[in-house]
Amino acid sequence: MTGALLTAEGLDLHFGAIPALVDVAIGVAEGEVVAIVGESGSGKTTLLRVLSGQMAPDAGTVRWLGQDVHAMGEAARRRLMRTDWGFVHQNPRDGLRLNVSAGGNVGERLMAVGARHYGNIRAQALEWLAKVEVDAARIDDLPRTFSGGMQQRLQIARTLVTRPRLVFMDEPTGGLDVSVQARLLDLIRGLSRELGLSVLIVTHDIAAARLLADRILVMRRGRVVEQGLTDRVLDDPQHPYTQLLVSSVLAA
Amino acid sequence: MNAPLAGYNFAYLDEATKRMLRRTILKAVAVPGHQIPFGAREMPLPYGWGTGGIQVTAAILGPADTLKVIDQGADDTTNAISIRRFFTRVAGVATTERTEEATIIQTRHRIPEAALREDQILVYQVPQPEPLSKLEPRRAETKRLHALADYGLMHVRLYEDIARLGHIAKAYDYPVMVNGRYLMSPSPIPAFDNPKMHRMAALQLFGAGREKRIYAIPPYTEVRSLDFEDHPFRPIRAPQACALCGSRESYLDEVITDDRGGRVFVCSDTDYCGTRVAAQKGVA
Repeated sequence: MTGALLTAEGLDLHFGAIPALVDVAIGVAEGEVVAIVGESGSGKTTLLRVLSGQMAPDAGTVRWLGQDVHAMGEAARRRLMRTDWGFVHQNPRDGLRLNVSAGGNVGERLMAVGARHYGNIRAQALEWLAKVEVDAARIDDLPRTFSGGMQQRLQIARTLVTRPRLVFMDEPTGGLDVSVQARLLDLIRGLSRELGLSVLIVTHDIAAARLLADRILVMRRGRVVEQGLTDRVLDDPQHPYTQLLVSSVLAA
Repeated sequence: MNAPLAGYNFAYLDEATKRMLRRTILKAVAVPGHQIPFGAREMPLPYGWGTGGIQVTAAILGPADTLKVIDQGADDTTNAISIRRFFTRVAGVATTERTEEATIIQTRHRIPEAALREDQILVYQVPQPEPLSKLEPRRAETKRLHALADYGLMHVRLYEDIARLGHIAKAYDYPVMVNGRYLMSPSPIPAFDNPKMHRMAALQLFGAGREKRIYAIPPYTEVRSLDFEDHPFRPIRAPQACALCGSRESYLDEVITDDRGGRVFVCSDTDYCGTRVAAQKGVA
C-alpha cells in the first residue's frame, strides 16, 4: 500500500499449541486510525506487541518506513519507541512513573531525547496538561493522587509530548467508567486529528472503534477474519463472527 | 620503613588476586566511567569501611610508594589511621599526611584541595557504584540503560528537585558524565569536589567492595556534572572562612564546640589547613 508507515506481512506466532497469530497482514497509513477488535484471547494484544517490536514473531516481517523492526538493534528500537512511536498502556500504572510528579512524567520523554532546558520542559509539560484537561495546579502532584481517568489522560500527554507519528494504544478506555470513557475517546479523537497522528488501537469496545477508527480489523483465534472501512464493516458485516460481534453490542 | 609482617604476602593480598584486580583496573581505565565487576575478597575490616578502596590500593601498591589515606578530608580519623597502619604492617610502605609527598592517596568522601599531579593516583572508596540505583532497582535494567546510554531517568530526578525545591538538591554523590559516554557516581564526595575531577592530571580509581565493582577515570578525561541549561551545576560551599587558616576557597566542616549552640567552620582537608597555618606562623 502506498504512503504506509507501518506494514506487516505473514505474521505467525504460536504459544505452544495455541495459535496467537496466523498469517496476519496489516498496514497503517500516515494519519490513519486503525482499530483491532475481537473478543478476549483473539490475539489483539499479542499483535500489538509484535507490531511494536516488544515480541518477536515466529515468522513474518514488520516494517517501519521500509525498515525491518525486528532486525534493527535494541538501541534503534528504543530510540524509535521514544521518538516516532508511542505506547499507551491499558493500565496507566504501567505507563507512568508513580513516584515522579505529573510534570516529570510528561518531561521524561523530552529529556530522554536530549531536552536540557528546565524552563522549556516545564512550559511544554504545562501546555500538554492543558491539552489533556489536567489542571495546571497539579503539575507537581504525584500521579497516584490522580483519578483513573486523569492518570490515563496524563499517560496520553506523556506519550504525545514528543509528537510521535504512530501511537499504539492497548484498550486505553478499559477499566474506566462510561462517562470518563466518552471524554477520553473524544480527547483521543481530537488530538489524533489535530496532530495528524497515526493510531493503532486495540479495543473490545465496538462503539469506541466506530467513534475513532477509519479502518477496522476483526480478529478471531489469531486470524484477521474481516477488515475494511469502519462504517462498511460495522453496518454491513460479511463474516459470521463479525455479524455476531456487531449484533451483540448493547444499545443504550 | 618497617619490615612487613611475617607470614603475609606483600600488601596482604596474594599475587593471583592482585593480578585479577589489575586486569579489572586495566579494563576500567580502557572504558572510562564503566563499572567492571570483580571478585572482591574478604578484607580484615567491615564493609562500608573501605574494602573496595583497600583492595585497589593493595593491587597497585609497590615498595617504593608513599601512601596517604584520608577520611572526609582528615588524615587523623580512625578509618584513615587504621588503613594507613594496615599497609605499614603488611607492606612496610612509607606513609604521609602531606598531599604532595604521596604517590597513592586513598580517600573516603573528599578530593584533596591541592591539585594532584600525573605521578599520583587517587583511590576512592565507593559504597554504591550504580548512579541509577535509587531510580531503577533492577541491576539487569540499569546495565541495559548504560549500554544504550539511556540517561533520561537521571534528568527526571534532577527535574523533580527543581520542581519541588527550586534547585537541584543533591549536595554529594552528584552524578557525572565521563568522557561524554557513561553516567558515573563520583562516590559520596561533596558536589563542591566534582569540578576537580574534570581533566585531573592524576589517575582516579574507584573501588566498591560490597558491590564488587571497579571503575576509573584516566588522566585528563572530561568529567561533566549533569545539569540543565537554565539551572547550571553549582558547587556548594558554606559561605564562612576557615576558623583556623582563614581560607575562603576550601571545603568546610561545621564543628559543634559546646552545648550552647557554639560552632566553628574549619577546613575539611586537614593537610591543606595545617600547611596554611604553618606558613602563616612562619611569616608572623
